[in-house]
Amino acid sequence: MRETAGERWGRRIVLTLLTLFVVIPLYVMVTSAAKPLQDVQNGFTWWPSRPTLQPFIDMWSTVPLARYLVNSLVVSSIAAVCSVAVAIFAAFAVSRYRFRGRGVFSVTVLSTQMFPGILFLLPLFLIYVNLGNATGIELYASRTGLVITYLTFSLPFSIWMLVGYFDSIPRGLDEAAQVDGAGPLRTLFQVILPAAVPGVVAVTVYAFMTAWGEVLFASVMTDEGSRTLAVGLQGYSTQFNVYWNQIMAASLVVSIPVVVGFLALQRYFVAGLTAGAVK
Amino acid sequence: MATSTTAPDADRREPRAGSPTRGPARRPRGPRRSLLPYLLLAPAIVLELAIHVIPMVVGVWMSLLELTQFHIRDWSTAPFIGLENYRATLDLNSAAGKELLHSFWITLAYSLLSVGFAWLLGISAAVVLQRPFRGRAILRALFLTPYALPVYAAVITWSFLLQRDTGLVNHVLVDQLGLMNERPFWLIGDNSFWSLLVVSVWRNWPFAFLCLMAGLQNVPGELYEAAAIDGAGFWRRLRSVTLPMLRPVNLVLLLVLFLWTFNDFNTPFVLFGGSAPEQADLISIHIYRSSFKTWDFGSGSAMSVALLLFLLVVSAAYLLITNRRRDDHA
Repeated sequence: MRETAGERWGRRIVLTLLTLFVVIPLYVMVTSAAKPLQDVQNGFTWWPSRPTLQPFIDMWSTVPLARYLVNSLVVSSIAAVCSVAVAIFAAFAVSRYRFRGRGVFSVTVLSTQMFPGILFLLPLFLIYVNLGNATGIELYASRTGLVITYLTFSLPFSIWMLVGYFDSIPRGLDEAAQVDGAGPLRTLFQVILPAAVPGVVAVTVYAFMTAWGEVLFASVMTDEGSRTLAVGLQGYSTQFNVYWNQIMAASLVVSIPVVVGFLALQRYFVAGLTAGAVK
Repeated sequence: MATSTTAPDADRREPRAGSPTRGPARRPRGPRRSLLPYLLLAPAIVLELAIHVIPMVVGVWMSLLELTQFHIRDWSTAPFIGLENYRATLDLNSAAGKELLHSFWITLAYSLLSVGFAWLLGISAAVVLQRPFRGRAILRALFLTPYALPVYAAVITWSFLLQRDTGLVNHVLVDQLGLMNERPFWLIGDNSFWSLLVVSVWRNWPFAFLCLMAGLQNVPGELYEAAAIDGAGFWRRLRSVTLPMLRPVNLVLLLVLFLWTFNDFNTPFVLFGGSAPEQADLISIHIYRSSFKTWDFGSGSAMSVALLLFLLVVSAAYLLITNRRRDDHA
């Protein structure tokens, strides 16, 4: 099938417009991170008057960025690993067994994803605070509380995507392992998981991104000691100065790991979405 | 679906492998076996109960209490007041009710426009990137980047672009193109709604693109060949092949995007620094601010529950209508 001239030009125009729309903010983020402070305090400039890496140094002392970064890293990593571990077992059950309540479970789990976060926020806030007062288990303003909260946020989609992946692994493999005397857990760990590595990695990155980018609960459930990047990054605007160059530098630094991870694994996300959508 | 076909296989195999003397009529599933899926699901179920289901039930309970600042520390002292919170917040003649209704309309307009534009950009990109050409992989990665960025990094960058005196938008519009004489404010006043919309579309359209791209991979190339042989042009192929084949993806995608944007908190919260102008007062922000400003969690919960009910009704109606139409086609 040949492409007509009109289609070719249409494609070029659409791609140019979309590229500009996407690239301009990214360009501003990158170039402004290399600007001296006076460049971002006066009128906008397309290029730094004097390119400098100073914002990347200053950003650590204007706000306690290192602490926010460590908090975000700890919370997001633990939440991602736990979420995926829980999701693997759940997805294995949904994919390989027929049991009473299977449909109800799938629907309920997915629908919680759709509920407004604000609906859980107030009760969860009160539950955490009151639980802390009553039992001394500190969930409010602690990293543990954030980990538990975030791991459930990524759980529904992780389960859904992993079910798609597990379904695509031929059952003949399970049965061969069972004939060799493997129980269900050995089948899961020795047959299914090795075949689903890309899916598991993609889901881990997704769970990490979810926790890394969460704003609403982070803004309520943290104090100065447990604050994550999502809230901490807003600290660069003081009453007198907004350090836009440092904000852009910090935004760039905290974005690179997740963007690289996501883009490296994007085709597995597409595969997971396709597998899920077919059902 | 696939499980239903394998279950009989497993049944047939089990007696042969495990206990060959038993007849095939006996159900091979022992109690241990049937418990296993529930054990596997237990961690997920416990977490979902603890963080989603129980707080939701508690939220409904809270909405029936007079849970003001005097009772927050020990909410067992809060008096039960029935539907009073609902009457107070949803009373459209009161000031609070008018503000809530205003916020509702803003949110509705925001969601519909945001979903519409995100879908439009997503389908355009997916269609023009459907056939391979040099640089396609790079463009695809680039287009996905806004979605991969942490939401606060993306939105903070936009708020820099939209600054009145130091932002790129006014620099281009006023200084370089000279389209306006005055430097407009983008983050307060009437413009703030449109700023919010653009930022939200920028961030969400790659998700639509990703889903539609995945959906297009399932469209067999022969369909296009056949359509081309019949002399169908670009628009005709789009209307008769691409869009019908994408229907299942679109059904889910549009609903998910709508629910996400309707519940959106992050974008306005970061863009406006927690004090959204009334022209961009989305419902999540509205509930958040009125709850934490006055520490009246009872009425905050009432508004949240009302929001949930509205979304449930909309989702159910959407699914009913789209399912019925599918039956008509079949």
